Amino acid sequence: MLKQMEGSRAVAEAVALCRPEVICAYPISPQTHIVEALGEMVKDGSLTNSEFINVESEFAAMSVAIGASAAGARSYTATASQGLLYMVEAVYNASGLGLPIVMTVANRAIGAPINIWNDHSDALSQRDSGWLQLFAETNQEALDLHIQAFRLAEELSLPIMVCMDGFILTHAYERVDMPTQEQVDAYLPPYSPRQVLDPAEPVSIGAMVGPEAFMEVRYLAHAKQMEALTLIPAYAAEFKAVFGRDSGGLLHTYSTEDAETIIIAMGSVLGTIKDVIDEMRQGDNGGHKIGVLGITCFRPFPLAGVAAALQHCKRFVVLEKSLAIGIGGIVATNVRMAVTGMGLKGYTVIAGLGGRAITKKSLHAVFRKAEMDNIDPVTFLDLDWKVVNNQLEREKAHRKSGPVAEALLRDVGVVAARNY
Amino acid sequence: MSFQPVKFYQTGTFTVGNRLLPPEERSVQSSDKRFNSINSGHRACQGCGEALGARYAIDAAMEATNGQVIAANATGCLEVFSTPYPETSWQIPWIHSLFGNTAAVATGIAAALKVKGQTQTRVVAQGGDGGTTDIGFGCLSGMFERNDDVLYICYDNGGYMNTGVQRSSATPSAARTSTTPAVGSAPGNVFGQGKFLPAIALAHDIPYVATATVADLRDLEAKVRRAMEIRGARYIHILVPCPLGWGTAAHDTIRMARLAKETGTFPVFEAEYGEIKSVLAIRHPLPVEDYLKPQKRYAHLFGKQPKVDVIAHLQAQADRNIKRYGLLEQGTR
Amino acid sequence: MDKPFAITLDPGSSLANLTGSWRTLRPEYVDRLPPCNAACPAGENIQGWLFHAESGNYEKAWRSLVENNPMPAIMGRVCYHPCEGACNREQVDSAVGINSVERFLGDEANKHGWQFAPAAPPTGRRVLVVGSGPAGLSAAYHLTRMGHQAVIYEAGPLAGGMLRFGIPKYRLPREVLDAEIKRLTDFGVEIQLQTKVTNVLEAMKDGFDAVFLGVGAHIAKRAYIPAGDACKVLDAVAVLRDMEGESAPLLGRKVVVYGGGNTALDVARTAKRLGAEEAIIVYRRTREKMPAHHFEVEEALQEGISIKWLTTIKEAGMSEDGGDIMVEKMALDDKGFPQPTGEFERIEANSVVLALGQDADLSLLDNVPGLVVNKGMIEIDAGMMTGHPGVFAGGDMAGNERTVTVAVGHGKLAARAIDSWLRGETWVPPPRHELATFERMNPWYYSDAPKTMRPVLDIIRRQSTFDEVLGGLDETNALFEARRCMSCGNCFECDNCYGVCPDNAVIKLGPGKRFKFNLDYCKGCGICATECPCGAIKMVPEGN
Ligand SMILES: Cc1cc2nc3c(=O)[nH]c(=O)nc-3n(C[C@H](O)[C@H](O)[C@H](O)COP(=O)(O)OP(=O)(O)OC[C@H]3O[C@@H](n4cnc5c(N)ncnc54)[C@H](O)[C@@H]3O)c2cc1C
Ligand SMILES: Cc1ncc(C[n+]2csc(CCOP(=O)(O)OP(=O)(O)O)c2C)c(N)n1
Ligand code: SF4
Ligand code: SF4
Ligand SMILES: [Mg+2]
Repeated sequence: MLKQMEGSRAVAEAVALCRPEVICAYPISPQTHIVEALGEMVKDGSLTNSEFINVESEFAAMSVAIGASAAGARSYTATASQGLLYMVEAVYNASGLGLPIVMTVANRAIGAPINIWNDHSDALSQRDSGWLQLFAETNQEALDLHIQAFRLAEELSLPIMVCMDGFILTHAYERVDMPTQEQVDAYLPPYSPRQVLDPAEPVSIGAMVGPEAFMEVRYLAHAKQMEALTLIPAYAAEFKAVFGRDSGGLLHTYSTEDAETIIIAMGSVLGTIKDVIDEMRQGDNGGHKIGVLGITCFRPFPLAGVAAALQHCKRFVVLEKSLAIGIGGIVATNVRMAVTGMGLKGYTVIAGLGGRAITKKSLHAVFRKAEMDNIDPVTFLDLDWKVVNNQLEREKAHRKSGPVAEALLRDVGVVAARNY
Repeated sequence: MSFQPVKFYQTGTFTVGNRLLPPEERSVQSSDKRFNSINSGHRACQGCGEALGARYAIDAAMEATNGQVIAANATGCLEVFSTPYPETSWQIPWIHSLFGNTAAVATGIAAALKVKGQTQTRVVAQGGDGGTTDIGFGCLSGMFERNDDVLYICYDNGGYMNTGVQRSSATPSAARTSTTPAVGSAPGNVFGQGKFLPAIALAHDIPYVATATVADLRDLEAKVRRAMEIRGARYIHILVPCPLGWGTAAHDTIRMARLAKETGTFPVFEAEYGEIKSVLAIRHPLPVEDYLKPQKRYAHLFGKQPKVDVIAHLQAQADRNIKRYGLLEQGTR
Repeated sequence: MDKPFAITLDPGSSLANLTGSWRTLRPEYVDRLPPCNAACPAGENIQGWLFHAESGNYEKAWRSLVENNPMPAIMGRVCYHPCEGACNREQVDSAVGINSVERFLGDEANKHGWQFAPAAPPTGRRVLVVGSGPAGLSAAYHLTRMGHQAVIYEAGPLAGGMLRFGIPKYRLPREVLDAEIKRLTDFGVEIQLQTKVTNVLEAMKDGFDAVFLGVGAHIAKRAYIPAGDACKVLDAVAVLRDMEGESAPLLGRKVVVYGGGNTALDVARTAKRLGAEEAIIVYRRTREKMPAHHFEVEEALQEGISIKWLTTIKEAGMSEDGGDIMVEKMALDDKGFPQPTGEFERIEANSVVLALGQDADLSLLDNVPGLVVNKGMIEIDAGMMTGHPGVFAGGDMAGNERTVTVAVGHGKLAARAIDSWLRGETWVPPPRHELATFERMNPWYYSDAPKTMRPVLDIIRRQSTFDEVLGGLDETNALFEARRCMSCGNCFECDNCYGVCPDNAVIKLGPGKRFKFNLDYCKGCGICATECPCGAIKMVPEGN
């Protein structure tokens, strides 16, 4: 059924259709509307068989989800930014214990300085936590990915973060196609846990594992994630069969058949990028051989898929909303791993941190320059150099540490400027 | 009274069992069919009070619920000595997640059981004093405040024992730990710090709060039984001497707990909805020295020149407990 | 369940980890000797029979008791209960009233007509027992139990020895005595009354394989006291013996008893009951030095007996009016011996009864070779055998400690030794267990419970009748008293070890079967030993 609604609401309704049994809620923007909506549904009786728990922290939220999941309940929570960091110990624990919790991360920058706006630093800080990470491009996809995520998580016995851009998606009113309960029930079987706390069949979950078996435990987690690389496309295909739309999968290409330059990105910015690409290919100044690779599944990282998508291009530009301070891009580093030995030129464009707008104008400019290999290996989109340089100058004058910071920045540029 | 005192049966209810009592009045631990929720082969130190306290408490919970208990366990000695791969000592469904989140994990389990309609199955959360009074305090308070259907049991051995005997907020004044060494002008743990969590639990007005020791088994069992009769958040704080951390002989574990109670150092009481209902009276009042002396963690008080002022201070603390909780008057309030 | 590798484990699997290898000390269950048992001259297993009494199984308790002593109703009245003096409970509140429970059990047995368990099959061996005092009765009983035929030759007209002809009725009612002797004869002990043995070796020719002598000590010791006609001088044994005759002895209005032992007290108390206005005990030394038991002195004083300490009798009935005696005050010297002071006094007296102790009449042994007699007492070895093979002896004639209980103990030991001797073996006393001292116990566990007092007869009746002075316990307080026992050194199945082991390394074997250690898991912490209330667990170093 087509509906016009806020992204958060759409996700909440989709989650509700998945029949979550335990929902843990703790407020943090821009995720809050999702749990608020779910809380209302539980309270007004439209979502039954569900415990909605107002916890005292995100650490507790994830911990409650861990307990609930281990006791065999389909468990859900949502968070962002500081909240995600606050629960980190439990985030790792959930995956270590193999508990199929689904969590929405409404992507938001991490402080200090505190900032409520969108970027991907929060989710990407958890890239090695053992969780699967799916990034939604649109609200429709966000909604769809949650349905797929429960199925996937429970099949693999691994937790999944569904990431959607804070405000840009969570607070955007868009038209979405909301599936029916029958459709979701047909696609998503009831949770049948791999292990469960049950007096009838007692087990001890969460043993202390020493050097004699720890590596194996970790390898098995890795192997599990690798399995997801085949399962995700398969479930996306099944999803299409039930719901009639393409959604999910590992990655998506756009206009890449003849592209010499391929832009790589995750999340809602892909929409803007596609518009820019369209404009660059068509129109007055068209004819650019440029395309887009959107990554939906960041963990596990589809190395082979990325390599295949970039097979025929000459260069790629990773445009990402995250910064690995001290080296550059995070997504870029992963992409580079995928194209090892392919002889491609690669650029990292750091953009949109802390909610900085990514305009078509700026994209046009940076893409054109990139086509001519005329950008820095790590480029900061729309950085106010005047402010930055003034500050650096000031610090150089007043602080001994000034030159160090400057040198570091310079190093980033130099070190990263290598061809792959 | 947390349990019915029996007529004069030689040892009454002081011993674990009593062949002179009718079977239904005997302790859970005296039964050859007790659950042994925590099995032999665990790696606790010789004479570990925590291993003992855990079996006492969980077996009692198992008995009270007909074997329908799920436990969540904080990181700490109890967890480490009971579940090192490839063996576990637990015979009940059990989960260890983290050091500081046990109460929340238990909330999650309770929520799952509720939503699945498995209300006959009950949840016990357990942790050491560090995991309870310090790092897990936030989650614990949250669980209390929401009145989640969880019995939280704290095994208080007065310090972070698993990591090598560091101070926790439950470490008693003047006690030596690795982080409150017996050096300087005020050796051992500082006075005027620390917290008594049962009193904080009381302030949450939860349905049930009790303290107990491994020296009073029948009292402990009665309290667990009572706790299992109630729905909502419940808290039992059990004093479990630790031979390693306290520097006591392995065979003196129960004796030390008894002395803690008999000297008034550790008040044993029971409360419902924030009101103290009964205390376990001191049977044979003793000076605190009797309790302190056998413990190496207080050895610095008993050198060539005993620190009489410090001992007097500790005695004053005990006296305050005796007065505050009425420890010389047996019975119900 | 498809369990994840390593992080999820099968329940209880730590059984694979045998923590017993950590152990340096190993717990062992021991049966330590309770001080009461150790102190009981009859070798009763007091803690053992109290154990059954505690659960209200009085018959079983009685059966356990009579394995060592066939006369609990008597013992429960006349025994001076050294067991209670040794009882560990004294250090908690006050000693267990062992004696009163024993009496209760004996009375229960008489009330219900309980009989001894059948004896062993007959061995065909016959043993002569001379004397039916407690020593003889005890020996005969134990011999009968072992299947030997025991025949008692008793010189007197009735059985019981000093139980009948010494100890007054108000302490030992004769129905009680008769009932317990009857149970013995019903059991198969044969008593031939009025059969005085004058020559042992001769008597043995009646087809006996061995003989046990328990002739007691009946010849009163005399002190030379010049006496006139106006004051009778009698001996205590004779007076008390006459009490069992047709007519009571005539002692007069004012009776003086000379001596400081229990016999002196019994005579004085008897005199009072016979109507004497005054009964005075004259004793050479101080009250502290008096051999009589404190409680007996106390009872006598309550009944109006007066006692003159540090006093000797110089002469009786020698003055002009006759009805008096002359006494001299004594004073203790540096060494604590009484010395005359030269201070004299006259006391009115119609009779003086000498209670200065007795000697044994050993004339029946005159021609027996190998016998050694020392200070009027026959010498015996650890197995109660005299210097003459096959001749055993016990009781008052063979020991310094002259009590009923000692006599019963002698009889038991002698029976065992005779049994061995009859089989051509030498009896060796079984090794004694280590003593269950108070320090080895954990008394915290015992409920607080002061001793139960036995009811005492009112003073008027005590002064005028021979009714029994001390009453017995009833069911409730006997049970209470039994349950005061701390079962020193002997497991009483309190389940403490089973409960307090942090490693579940104690196996409960079920009621009456006690416990055993599972050494696969016992880490040797020793909590069980520390928390065993009765000290029945010992930690021993682990061998390599
Ligand atoms: C007045 C009095 C009160 C006492 N009170 C107590 C008391 O309260 N508690 C206590 O423990 N002890 C008491 N005693 C001591 C106790 O009675 C004796 O220690 C005990 O009876 C000794 O037992 P026995 O078998 O050795 O000798 P006896 O009891 O003296 O028995 C010896 C028997 O052998 C018989 N006999 C002797 N010679 C011959 C022979 N040639 N042929 C055949 N038969 C013979 C005698 O007739 C007698 O029946 C008391 C003693 C007296 C005198
Ligand atoms: C977040 C976190 N911080 C610290 C630790 C290290 N740690 C593990 S157990 C423990 C001490 C546990 O003390 P307590 O809770 O009192 O239990 P005990 O071992 O004394 O029984 C500590 C500090 C940890 N595992 N996790
Ligand atoms: S350190 Fe203390 S609490 Fe930990 S296992 Fe040893 S005795 Fe038990
Ligand atoms: S307490 Fe019992 S076993 Fe111990 S000495 Fe007294 S009567 Fe004997
Ligand atoms: Mg601790």
